Amino acid sequence: MADTAWEWSLHEHIPSSSVSGHELIERYIRVLEQFGWDGRDLFHVQLAVEEAIVNAITHGNHESPDKTVEVELHVSRLATSMRIQDQGAGFCPDALPDPTEDENLESPHGRGVMLIKQMMDKVDYNARGNQVTMLKRRSESAG
Amino acid sequence: MADRRRITVSAVGDLALVRFLDRKIVDPSNIEEVGDEIFQLLEKDKFKNVILNFDGVEFLGSAALNKLIMMDKKVKAAAGKLRLCALRAEIMEVFTITKLSRVFDIKKTEADALKAFGVDI
Repeated sequence: MADTAWEWSLHEHIPSSSVSGHELIERYIRVLEQFGWDGRDLFHVQLAVEEAIVNAITHGNHESPDKTVEVELHVSRLATSMRIQDQGAGFCPDALPDPTEDENLESPHGRGVMLIKQMMDKVDYNARGNQVTMLKRRSESAG
Repeated sequence: MADRRRITVSAVGDLALVRFLDRKIVDPSNIEEVGDEIFQLLEKDKFKNVILNFDGVEFLGSAALNKLIMMDKKVKAAAGKLRLCALRAEIMEVFTITKLSRVFDIKKTEADALKAFGVDI
């Protein structure tokens, strides 16, 4: 997928709880920092993975203890990819209201999905809508 | 005074100057607590106006944005005004992308926010 060889990878199924989700995100952020990610790029990745995992846990799996979230992460100094899949019915990202339209500005819906789209270089949903795959390339990859 | 776990509050007349104790405002239960503690400032402590100073806050997501929108509505319903200040560049970008910079009154510094309420320091 990326034009770089991955230097760190993770593939796990985590429980549908925000504590588990945030523990995994913290581990991922620490790894990204070890590979030189910082500033705006790191913030964008953190925001995208946060929104995707919280969506999977709350909207996808409805925090059910019987369901897990599958997370696959890859990191290099130049890029990182994330695949997050829940066991829910899925959703259609194109059907969400545009949260930046005046009438939707104060609505709680669709903002996370829109932020993911804005902050990642590539975003794909599977046909069922229960899996998102995201790619971010570092903008300052000199390090 | 209430026992607060997520915020610190300084009073300037009917204005509450709020700072956050967490560097990341992400965990749903923490976001609820932040909301409850700020709602208490309005309902119990009878503050009318609120400044939220984000100095030291490194990260927040859409769940926190939704809570801020609720706070803004609540303050406006009580004929008060909510102002935000000291947002780091990455968080300001989130407000700009989502166009919430049009909903919220955002000032660069705490002094600017205080000045907008007519308080000179």
